[in-house]
Amino acid sequence: MTPSQKRERLAMSRPLEGATGKTGTWRVFRPVVDKETCNACGLCATYCPDGVISDDLEIDLTYCKGCGICANECPKKAIAMVREEK
Amino acid sequence: MDTIAEIPKEEYVLKCSSACAGCSDSLALRYVLKAAGPDTVLVIPACCTSVIQGIYPNTAFNVPVYNIAFGAAAACASGMSNAFRAAGKKTNVIVYAGDGGTLDIGIQAMSGAFERGTDFLYICYDNEAYGNTGMQRSGATPLGAKTTTTPTGKTDFKKDIDGIIAAHNPPYMATAAAAYPQDLFKKVQKALSFRGPSFIHVLAPCPPGWRYSTEKTVEMGKLAVKSGIWVLYEREYGKLTMGAQSKVAMKKPIPLEDYLSPQGRFKGIDPKNVEILKQRIQKNFAKLSAEEAAS
Ligand SMILES: Cc1ncc(C[n+]2csc(CCOP(=O)(O)OP(=O)(O)O)c2C)c(N)n1
Ligand code: SF4
Ligand code: SF4
Ligand code: SF4
Ligand SMILES: [Mg+2]
Repeated sequence: MTPSQKRERLAMSRPLEGATGKTGTWRVFRPVVDKETCNACGLCATYCPDGVISDDLEIDLTYCKGCGICANECPKKAIAMVREEK
Repeated sequence: MDTIAEIPKEEYVLKCSSACAGCSDSLALRYVLKAAGPDTVLVIPACCTSVIQGIYPNTAFNVPVYNIAFGAAAACASGMSNAFRAAGKKTNVIVYAGDGGTLDIGIQAMSGAFERGTDFLYICYDNEAYGNTGMQRSGATPLGAKTTTTPTGKTDFKKDIDGIIAAHNPPYMATAAAAYPQDLFKKVQKALSFRGPSFIHVLAPCPPGWRYSTEKTVEMGKLAVKSGIWVLYEREYGKLTMGAQSKVAMKKPIPLEDYLSPQGRFKGIDPKNVEILKQRIQKNFAKLSAEEAAS
């Protein structure tokens, strides 16, 4: 057994998107951005705890947990939290 | 306020951790890792941050992480830092630990590492209780807060861990809050520029633990600073500088009740305790501003 194969026997996890599952399924309310009102200040992306808002301010709904921080912090009140249909 | 543009776009927590919706721990960690960059190892004792990484053999964290026993983080980081430096590597060694792992069980290993001058950064994200095991009180829980082990409100004060760290005279120490990510980012960068031990204490409001709704996490951190119950400052070779937001709060604090009342953990708090907390806010401001004036 080579040293690197031996090391593989350690409990070592590897980075992977979706390592904790598709957290978007947790959502009760979904953030919906009104592009007309949004001034692209980027504060929603700054404060999103999970970093699911991209540079071009698209929200990745596969992972967005629906916490509502983006809506609460938006200075233009451009984000509405809309109840998910089950 | 700094422009957001100077903060790297790279995310070192891949979408996404399994932290509760609206978690400050994950918000703060985003900016800690943006400031530290890829040549970093995190040392994490048992806490929420150990479980939110994901399930073996996968992890959401895209930097090396050493998960270690609850009381041992700073001891592990000491050995790791010495080994890196002996190998001529500048790799950042960062302990990212909860308040229980810092103020309570990890304190002796941490004190030892600060005394030995270990070249590392110790970050305590403070959600003011043992979050991962269901919100038992810790040394960081404030007076009057309900936890599962203080069902009628804590009868002791929050431990002054910053005073304890200051007594070790580290080159750099600071307080920060997840609600002010640009400020946190700058402080982490600064802390890592010093050789020797540095410490950052980050206020990390926790929606299920503090019993407020998830969208209020950033708001809660800002209310803590504006009411003065949390003071932003840094101490560089003993010279204290209070943050601009806290200077405003010292002159004209918002009512403490604005911070307490949205939180279920303070529901029904004895008004006498509210008065005591207010007096302590004033005393703390007086102490810090006297130190700032003298240094
Ligand atoms: C020696 C030992 N005692 C108890 C535990 C159980 N335990 C795991 S995490 C934790 C609470 C950690 O609290 P804190 O450090 O504040 O981090 P948080 O969970 O709040 O993020 C406890 C009690 C443990 N893992 N090891
Ligand atoms: S915070 Fe509001 S205004 Fe700013 S980019 Fe986000 S949605 Fe647009
Ligand atoms: S609801 Fe929460 S998780 Fe979803 S985009 Fe807004 S801040 Fe991010
Ligand atoms: S319990 Fe609190 S600190 Fe822990 S993951 Fe949930 S929100 Fe974050
Ligand atoms: Mg804690």
